[in-house]
Amino acid sequence: MKITGAQALIKSLCDHGTKMIFGIPGGVMLPIYDALYDCTDLEHMLMRHEQGAAHAADAYARASGKVGVCFATSGPGATNLVTGIANAYMDSIPIIAVTAQVRTTALGKDAFQEADITGITLPITKHNYLVKDARDIPQVVAEAFHIASTGRPGPVLIDVPADISFSQVEYQPVNKVELRSYKPTVAGHPLQIKKAAKAIVAAERPVLYAGGGVISSGASKELVDLSERTHILVATTLLGKGSIPETHPHALGMLGMHGTAYANYAVAHCDLLIAVGARFDDRVTGKLDAFARKAKVVHIDVDPAEIGKTVHVDIPIVGDCKHVLSELLKCVEPREETEWNRQVTQWKAEYPLHYPNDGGLYPQFVIEQIWEATNGEAIIATDVGQHQMWSAQFYKCTFPRQFISSGGLGTMGYGLPAAIGAQVARMDKTVFLIAGDGSLQMTIQEFAPAVAHKLPIKVAIMNNQYLGMVRQWQELFFNRRYSGVDLTAQPDFVKLADAYGAAGIRIEKPEEVRPAIEKALEINDRPTVLDFRIAREENVYPMIPAGQSIEEMMVQRPK
Amino acid sequence: MAKNVLQHTITALVENKPGVLARVSGLFARRGFNIESLAVSITDDPTVSRMTIVVGGDATVLEQITKQLNKLIDVIKVIDYTDMAVVERELAMIKVNAEPKNRAEIMQLVDIFRAKIIDISDRTFTIEVTGNVAKVDAIESLLDSHGIQEMVRTGRIAMMRGPRTP
Ligand SMILES: Cc1ncc(C[n+]2csc(CCOP(=O)(O)OP(=O)(O)O)c2C)c(N)n1
Ligand SMILES: [Mg+2]
Repeated sequence: MKITGAQALIKSLCDHGTKMIFGIPGGVMLPIYDALYDCTDLEHMLMRHEQGAAHAADAYARASGKVGVCFATSGPGATNLVTGIANAYMDSIPIIAVTAQVRTTALGKDAFQEADITGITLPITKHNYLVKDARDIPQVVAEAFHIASTGRPGPVLIDVPADISFSQVEYQPVNKVELRSYKPTVAGHPLQIKKAAKAIVAAERPVLYAGGGVISSGASKELVDLSERTHILVATTLLGKGSIPETHPHALGMLGMHGTAYANYAVAHCDLLIAVGARFDDRVTGKLDAFARKAKVVHIDVDPAEIGKTVHVDIPIVGDCKHVLSELLKCVEPREETEWNRQVTQWKAEYPLHYPNDGGLYPQFVIEQIWEATNGEAIIATDVGQHQMWSAQFYKCTFPRQFISSGGLGTMGYGLPAAIGAQVARMDKTVFLIAGDGSLQMTIQEFAPAVAHKLPIKVAIMNNQYLGMVRQWQELFFNRRYSGVDLTAQPDFVKLADAYGAAGIRIEKPEEVRPAIEKALEINDRPTVLDFRIAREENVYPMIPAGQSIEEMMVQRPK
Repeated sequence: MAKNVLQHTITALVENKPGVLARVSGLFARRGFNIESLAVSITDDPTVSRMTIVVGGDATVLEQITKQLNKLIDVIKVIDYTDMAVVERELAMIKVNAEPKNRAEIMQLVDIFRAKIIDISDRTFTIEVTGNVAKVDAIESLLDSHGIQEMVRTGRIAMMRGPRTP
């Protein structure tokens, strides 16, 4: 029996386990949405901006470990996805974006709503396709899932011209994909792994540095096992949060620009740095020649191009983190706690994270309260800015895929659609979005689908009426010349929540914090907005200024 | 080209599909790698194209280029020919002023370089020359004194010496 190309597309998505699609239709997308209408295995969430669709798919993938899928029409629909695709690319998140395209005969002729989206997304996708024959659809979709989810994961875009969607094809499912030109290395080289094991035994001051690759390869257990077997302490990146429970005595929290002082001291003084699924981002390393200056570096990563890209690596191991760590566990000798562990523990006691206690409403306190009220078990989505860093510092994650945040691209507006995607993926969990008042306004329209789908997400706005992170830099490095950062002209977020059909509570005093959170936790049929009016000029500390070294670390506001 | 920058010849076997050249050249542009020359054609296997790329840069740059190329889904294999036993060739066509009084001299040059005159007008010769880069450079600079009107070079192509390695 023949079906349309559009039906073949939907069928192929279902064949690969897609349950949820985030998207917005349009002219050339009509045949695909028509096919969707008949499909009972798929749920569709109508977003209000395609950027929201891409972010929701991205967060769905982060929270579930499955591939997220989003749809957009040609031209403006497709270009609206671009930020979301770039975001997924920078953080190596597996999503598939399906865009409709003008008819093949009109391609390249500036037809109505034509945009060369495969050209535009070339540098921000792991791979992309322009389908030229409807018979290729099952193969293309199968390849897209394979490419998006294996090796170093990433976004794949499939552009489907309207005539391809309309044409009739015989449907042949494709489940197995073999690509001669794409064979990611899974197993690490045994000799390299042995070398790493030896280096661990020989090291006096080793530190593990765990990134998003540990989460995406599902290597948390192996990481914790390794840390426990060898007593090596673990610093995590923003994307690596939750790879080791942050309540674990071996966890040092986040390292880097706004990392804990003790994580940064540990890395600065270590003699062996074992990087696992991390890429030495400049927000982590600061000044490169001062970073882990005394350390021999072991780098475990599935992407060979990451090895030696920014720092010199002594023992490279290309392979899947989970695979490599489990092999390493087989050959590494146990180590006991040493003087070094005591030293780092002392730094931990000496330089704890802190915030003022003067009766003001401080964001760090709010986040601690959210942590307590949710027993550290909530999935946390964030926007981008100061509130994101406070969340990373103060919400101690206890399991992988718990912390959902835009790292590499730092996309303001990621938060609300991300909370939606995460909630859809994990209906069993409480999802808390820690939002910035600036960021939230970039994708605030997505309250509509959240309300429509009765999603009980909690949106905690750290409302400082500033583009706070930018203001912090202006305060510290531009002589308090606050240029273009004032957000006092803003909507009443409580009324706005009400207007969307969500619940809204304003919080102005510390004693109102916990009751408001408890109230939000009771509401389970719609989103709740918590408008926390925090101390406006609170800063994020510690801070190592961009491109500088640990010697320049500020642990509090300079006097 | 700056004299102190090393040149490398790399060969990429790629899927013979539309858009692959854009992926490769885009990668170079995006990462600030400079392409000195690029030659593309199909191979004995019609589904595979072969790109011979000459790039400038030190060893770390070259390593990144090779790795990033390998990451492209449509790239099947990348071989770095630096320090390998290879034969390299380039073809150039040079249209040079050829006044009657200079013709004999130019023809002698063509002979010495085992080049060919492939077109003649009352004022010009068009000369075809094949050889390694040094040879093409040499004839170019010698012809320059007569006035080169137009020149086109294919860019380098290269192949390993000896039998085919798998
Ligand atoms: C889309 C986008 N535009 C601009 C920036 C630059 N930027 C980084 S943080 C920030 C301020 C964010 O303000 P807000 O969301 O209120 O968070 P706060 O820092 O106040 O907690 C800005 C403008 C960005 N990261 N993303
Ligand atoms: Mg703000």
